[in-house]
Amino acid sequence: MTATFTVEGLKVAIGAANVLRGVSLEVQPGEVRGLVGESGAGKSMLGRAVLGLLPANAAVTAGRIAFEGRDLLAMAEAERRRLLGRRIALIPQDPMTSLNPVKRIGAQIGNLLRHHLDLSKRTALARAAELLTEVAIREPERVLALYPHEISGGMRQRVLIAMAFACDPALVIADEPTTALDVTVQRQVLQLVERLRLRHGSAVLFVTHDLGVVAKICRSMTVLHAGRVLEEGETANVLTRPRHAYTRALLAATPRADRPAEALRPVPPALIEQLWSEAHRLDDVAAVDAA
Amino acid sequence: MADIAVTSIATPPSRLLAGLKRGGPRLWLGAALVALLVLAAIFAPLLAPHDPLEQDLMSAQLPPAWMTGGEPAYLLGTDSLGRCVLSRLIYSARTAVMVALIAATLAAAIGVALGLLAGSFGGWVDQFISRLIDVWMAFPPVLLSIVLAAVIGAGLTSVIAAIVVVDWTRFARVIRAETMVQLTRDYAAAARVIGLSRVKLLRLEILPNLVPLLVTLLAVEMGIAILVEVILSFVGISVAGDTPTWGSMIAEGRQIVYQAPWIMALPIVCIITSVIGLNLFGDGLRHALDPVQRS
Repeated sequence: MTATFTVEGLKVAIGAANVLRGVSLEVQPGEVRGLVGESGAGKSMLGRAVLGLLPANAAVTAGRIAFEGRDLLAMAEAERRRLLGRRIALIPQDPMTSLNPVKRIGAQIGNLLRHHLDLSKRTALARAAELLTEVAIREPERVLALYPHEISGGMRQRVLIAMAFACDPALVIADEPTTALDVTVQRQVLQLVERLRLRHGSAVLFVTHDLGVVAKICRSMTVLHAGRVLEEGETANVLTRPRHAYTRALLAATPRADRPAEALRPVPPALIEQLWSEAHRLDDVAAVDAA
Repeated sequence: MADIAVTSIATPPSRLLAGLKRGGPRLWLGAALVALLVLAAIFAPLLAPHDPLEQDLMSAQLPPAWMTGGEPAYLLGTDSLGRCVLSRLIYSARTAVMVALIAATLAAAIGVALGLLAGSFGGWVDQFISRLIDVWMAFPPVLLSIVLAAVIGAGLTSVIAAIVVVDWTRFARVIRAETMVQLTRDYAAAARVIGLSRVKLLRLEILPNLVPLLVTLLAVEMGIAILVEVILSFVGISVAGDTPTWGSMIAEGRQIVYQAPWIMALPIVCIITSVIGLNLFGDGLRHALDPVQRS
């Protein structure tokens, strides 16, 4: 079975700084993979590289990003545009700013559907209403006629989720979709993502720094640090038996009700280099402490 | 999943009313003044009490009706050739409104197109257009229209051409900057990620966000166009012949300003009122339309 999505030895540089230093990862059809790491680990940069949203001063210097066996970086712009939104979709990070402020919800979903599925205006609106029902929005017809500023943040996020799954994508990249929401809404959003991915048969790459979220919905996970993959595997294995010191530090820093959280110990880059060169063999927290 | 709360939304108040409220008194006053100007221009033949060209040398330089020596037939008095000042003011509004509308629209069309190009492509396209704007802006519009008048003859066409040729830069520069800002917004990135081409992105997503800005610019530009037309007709290179214009009225009144100051003062009042009206209207509309002001 071909993987839905493969990244091989991806390197991205902003000027002289290497942001991604040879990242490889794979997402199988229907799989939910968590991509975790602290701020600056490069997890957002990876998503941006896939979607062609790298900032102007960043460049892919090596590696391959393949979607269903086809190289995304090598393909023509027009061909890639046909995949984006239809086969590869994004749930953006900030629902407050990711919808066009001056266009009605209906027009925004409708445009997407018409752009990719060649529907008539009326069919597109009818389909948009169905999509809103799928994300548990009551009175979808009325919401379609509203502007983004007239609905709440949680509702906007649902609209964005509905849009992401609108064309039955094979891969949905969720870029910290719960970060900007409050905790009660977060849970609903996670449930929605889970429900829609099952219904539409999509694989999800869930970018987050929240290990709790990963534990809830991701079957497998990849831990990214300083532009490199430190650890990957089944979520249950990684979380219960972290092989790498950094993963352990990350776990210890997760707030929990039953014990006080430790501050995430920053791992010196030099040490990471050393750990890396020793081929992942250093599993000892003591090594971190000694540094 | 039963525990997904079904959210309902409060009915928002009427958008039109909310917009009008945001616009405030600026919007009302501006709209009233602009409406007055436009109505005067459209219905000039009905409103004017006399033919603006009809001369009556027996009743030349009559003061306005309420001053001593004024005649009720000539509400705002007559000029040195005995023509009705009120009628001439009303007919002058036609020239002013026509120049304002045509020149501002054309300047906006060119400016918006080039501004969008520069703002979205960046690189050498942006460099080229931006330098073009710099060079163009250094050129005074009045001087250019004198040159144009010399080449293609005096008249409304060269006045409009002069305004368009110079003032598209005003639109281009502002639209370029705002396009760049809008393109960095999350919604623009989200729109690119759904596979929109650059043209579609600009037309469907960016342009609607530029409307409030564009409305303000248009209103300001119309005011400027009226002023340029006044300057040109003052020096006599605007509309040909005896078509009344505010500028030519000022020029005529200037010679007899000590004997009959109202002949010069009245067109000036018209100009100031029109320009202020347009600016207020534009400002009010921007507040009424601006999504940033929406809570």
